[in-house]
Order: sequence, then C-alpha cells, then structure tokens
Amino acid sequence: MAKYIVKRLLISVITIWLLATISFFLLRTLPGNPFQTNQILSIEMQEKMMTYYGLNRPLLEQYITYLSNLIRGDMGYSLKYTNRTVNSIIKTTFPISASLGLKALALALPIGLFLGVASAKKRGQAVDYACVFISVLGVSIPSFILGSFLQYIFALKLKILPMAQWSTPLHTILPTIALALSLLATLTRVMRASMLEVTTQDYVKTAKAKGLTESKITWSHQIRNAMVPILTLLGPMVATVLMGTFVIEKIFAIPGLGQHFVNSITGLDYTMTMGLIVFYGIFMVTANFIVDIAYGFVDPRIRI
Amino acid sequence: MEDNMTTHEANDFLFTVEAAIPHSQLAGSNLSYWADAKRRLLKNKVAMISLIFILLILALSIVIPATSSYTYDQQNLSNINSAPSRAHLFGTDSLGRDLWVRVWYGARVSLAVGIFGSIIPSLIGIVIGGISGFFGGKLDMVIMRAIDIIMCVPSMIYVILIMLFIGSGQIPLIIAFALTGWMGTARNVRGLVLQLKEREFVLASKALGASSASLIFSHLIPNTLGIVIVSITMGVPGAIFHEAYLSFIGLGIAPPIPSWGQLANLGTAVFRIFPYQLLIPASMISITMLSFNLFGDGLRDALDPKLRN
Repeated sequence: MAKYIVKRLLISVITIWLLATISFFLLRTLPGNPFQTNQILSIEMQEKMMTYYGLNRPLLEQYITYLSNLIRGDMGYSLKYTNRTVNSIIKTTFPISASLGLKALALALPIGLFLGVASAKKRGQAVDYACVFISVLGVSIPSFILGSFLQYIFALKLKILPMAQWSTPLHTILPTIALALSLLATLTRVMRASMLEVTTQDYVKTAKAKGLTESKITWSHQIRNAMVPILTLLGPMVATVLMGTFVIEKIFAIPGLGQHFVNSITGLDYTMTMGLIVFYGIFMVTANFIVDIAYGFVDPRIRI
Repeated sequence: MEDNMTTHEANDFLFTVEAAIPHSQLAGSNLSYWADAKRRLLKNKVAMISLIFILLILALSIVIPATSSYTYDQQNLSNINSAPSRAHLFGTDSLGRDLWVRVWYGARVSLAVGIFGSIIPSLIGIVIGGISGFFGGKLDMVIMRAIDIIMCVPSMIYVILIMLFIGSGQIPLIIAFALTGWMGTARNVRGLVLQLKEREFVLASKALGASSASLIFSHLIPNTLGIVIVSITMGVPGAIFHEAYLSFIGLGIAPPIPSWGQLANLGTAVFRIFPYQLLIPASMISITMLSFNLFGDGLRDALDPKLRN
C-alpha cells in the first residue's frame, strides 16, 4: 500500500510537470501577444509591457523561471488583472465555484443513484421507463438552455426566485438545479446499467439461494458492487464540477472560476491560463488518486 | 403386492412433436450477428421513431435552405423581432433575418459538426487503441500515460487553444474535436483488444502467418465495431452540445453563418422579451440530442452481446 502510494505520487508529479511543460510551449506558439487584444496599445507600449513582464526573454529562460516559481507555489501575476496574482484570483473565485458544484453534487448524487437503482429493480416497468426518460432528457438538454429557461420561468414569470448574481442562498437555487440535472442524468444511466450487469452475477444467485432477503441482497451485494463504475465516473466528475462551468456562471452572473478558463485563453493571459491548467491538473490527478484508493474499500477484490 | 407393471407400446417411443415440425423451423433461421442486430433494432419502436426524427431533420436541413425565398444572412430592418407568422414560420431575429431558414441552415452546420465531430475522433481512437492494445509493452504504456496526461485538462481548453490557432468555423471545429476527442474511444478499444487478442481465432490466424496489420484490421477491430458504433452514435449529441456550447460563448461558428448554438446565444440576449428566439433553437438542439441518445440506446441494446439473452 505504502509503496503503491509513493509510486502513484511520483507518477502524479511527473504528470503535472509534463502537463505544465506542454501547455507552456503550446500557449506561447499562439499568434499575438497578451497586450494587443483588448485595449488598443501602441506597438512601443506593447513592447514595454512585454519587457516589463519578462516575455521578451528567451523562451527557455522564461520556462525555467516559471517552473522554479511554480515549485514554490508561486504562479505569477495575471497579465490582464493588473496587480493581482494568479493565486489570489484562484483563492477568491474557486470557493464560489466549488460551493456551487458541491451543492449540485449533493442534489444530483443521491437522487441519481436512487433513480438508477429503482429503475434497474423495476426493469421494464413504468418506473423504469420514467427513470430512463428523465435520464435521457437530462443529458439531452444543455445546461445553458436549462439555465435560461429556469430564469425565464422562476425569475421572470413567477417572480419567486432571483434572476442572477451570487449573494443569498436563494440565489444559488436556480444555478444548482441547472448544473445538477445533467449530473443526475449521467449518474442514473450509469447506475442503472451497472445494477443490471450486477443482477445476473453468480454471487447474486448464491445470495438468493442461501435465502437472503431481497433488501439485503440489493444493499450489500448489488449496490456495493455496482458502485465501482460510479466511482470511476465520480473522480473526473467532481473535479470538473468543482472547477466551475463557464456558461452557468455567465448566465447567472456568478463570479466563479469557470469564467477565467475561457477569458484567460482568449485574452492570451499566459500566466492565468497556465495557473488554471496546473491547478485543474493537480485537482484531477488527486481526484483520480482518491478514487483508486476508494476502489479497494468498495471492492476488496481490487488490490492496490 | 401391487402389480405396477404397465405395458408399453412402440408408439410411446416416437418423437411425435419433432416429426410434425421440420427441424429447420424449430431451430429458426440462421442469423448472422449483424442480421440479428438489425432485426432487434427494427423491433425497437423508440429507436425507430428517433431514427425517423434524425432523418427528417437531416432532410429538412438540406431542402429548406435550398428552396426558401429567404437566405440565412438576408436582413430586413423594417421587420425585426416579428413573432412567428405565415411569412416567417419561426419569426425574425433582431436584424430581421428569417429564423425558419436560419434554424434549418444552422441544422446543416450543427449536424455536420456533430456527425463528423464524432466519427473522426472515434476512427482515430480505434486505430490508436487497437495498436496500443495489440502491441502492448512499452508502446502501450507510453500511449496510455499520454492519454492520462491529456485527460488531465478539460478538453474544452484544448479545443479553444486549437480554435485560436486555426480560426473559427465548421472545419476547424471538427479538427479540434478530432484532436481532442479520441482518448475515450482509444481506451475502450484498447481494453477490448486486450481481451480479444488471447482468443482462439486470433491465435489461429497468427499460427497461419497473418501479419500484425491484418490481425488488427481484419480480426480485432471488426470485433470491436459493435461497441464503437454505439459510442459514435452516443458521441454525436456530445459533439452537437460542444458546438452549441462553443458557439454560445462566441468561439465556435463565426457569424453570420448560423448554428444552433449561435442562434441560442443570440436568443438568450432577447429571450426576456422574445422568448421564441431562444425556445426554437433550444428545442431543436434538445430534440436532436434526444433522438441521437435514444437511437444510440436502441443500437446498444441491439449490438451489445452482453445484453442479449
């Protein structure tokens, strides 16, 4: 176990390093510079800015500087938000995205798993068709469309919930639902498929043959085994959802992290983009790591 | 003692049932995998209705922009934001453009991106996954680690980077999807190939001196085809969604060419006053994605050997 963890940690560090290196050079090959895009600056001004941020030095030198700063946890200053470090931007916006993401997960996870189990248990019956319909509908309505319609119905017509912005808990209801539906739908689909697969396994027949009650079989044999694919799905899902969703944040005017993913790249904000890629990468690697450890707990046959 | 002897006659030992029905009818006709899958698919009502919807949308997207008296970029500033009427079936937008034509022209764009944006990355994934699984060893390890690294970044970031490189439009979108979307398929195909390559028919071929290329392309990949076709079908709504998403945030298709995502984007700007301008493209996106998802479900039920009885 200890050996496995050390090995995984090493691989994770190498993954992040490769990720940072590839993204660094890929970003720099993009045409244009960060200072010509938004405001109109003279060529001389642009040159001065480039020199000020050290972007005129040889690329390899910049890379080494960046990497040595990164190791110390310093991701540099944003090129677009004057005088703000990438760290401080992440520190202020990530908690907002994360809290929205956690709320959506807290809503989607229990309902999704419940619907998946219910649907598989009542296969071919009305309950099953209803659950399948909900889940297919959920993956077929893009979140930005759902968000707009929720605003239209609940904020504009019924006037019972606020339209947008991020202040009281009441403001979080609509974006949470908009974000949760597709998660719920995906979870329902995977859980249903996984439960159906488990139902035909020999150990379920054995459990039945030795006279266990139906609920005992469902809880301690089927659901437990069916959770393995859910875990695989959950790692990347949690990471993506906590990082924020650009469109949801745009529609509901939420000052989260998601907006920076798009704005920083289109604005060629090198340091901000790099910071986000590295931050996201670390998050993703950690999530997958936790999932791999969790496999062992859910299914003792999987030894790590 | 009771006499429990019964007399048997020769008649008792005749197979009366089988004698009446010819053997071929009892066994049923011999169906190949694909013929059986086709039969199952045709019997699936939901999948068939979805397929009809898909074909209908495809047909309308070809016919309507070609035959309509309006074009997708023809402005009429004296008739802006008019509600759906006989002259403009879906109304007009804030520049007086006919939304009926724009929606169906947008269907061409969105469907092309959706279909090719799913097929091309899947083909790349099949080849890379097939090679990785078949040769194994160091090559496999390098490819799998590379996929792990690439998958650490949301694919949207790569797509945006590539779009910044090669500009916006239909072809760049498909290229961007092709470069970023193959990893999932590659992983699946690799897993399947790993299982298949130990099977007897592959060993037999190998013993007969088949080359690696012929083993991969004529034995291993055809056997993964069923699952890959399902994943391609399920990938279409994903690609349509990503196109809509990118166009929605202003990165996908460049105006004035419409796509559903872009129409939805323009619609959200005015949906508080003119809800139909969002409602129509939004429903088109959802209905199409729904049809592909349901059809994909049907295909999976028909093609996946695990779900057969």
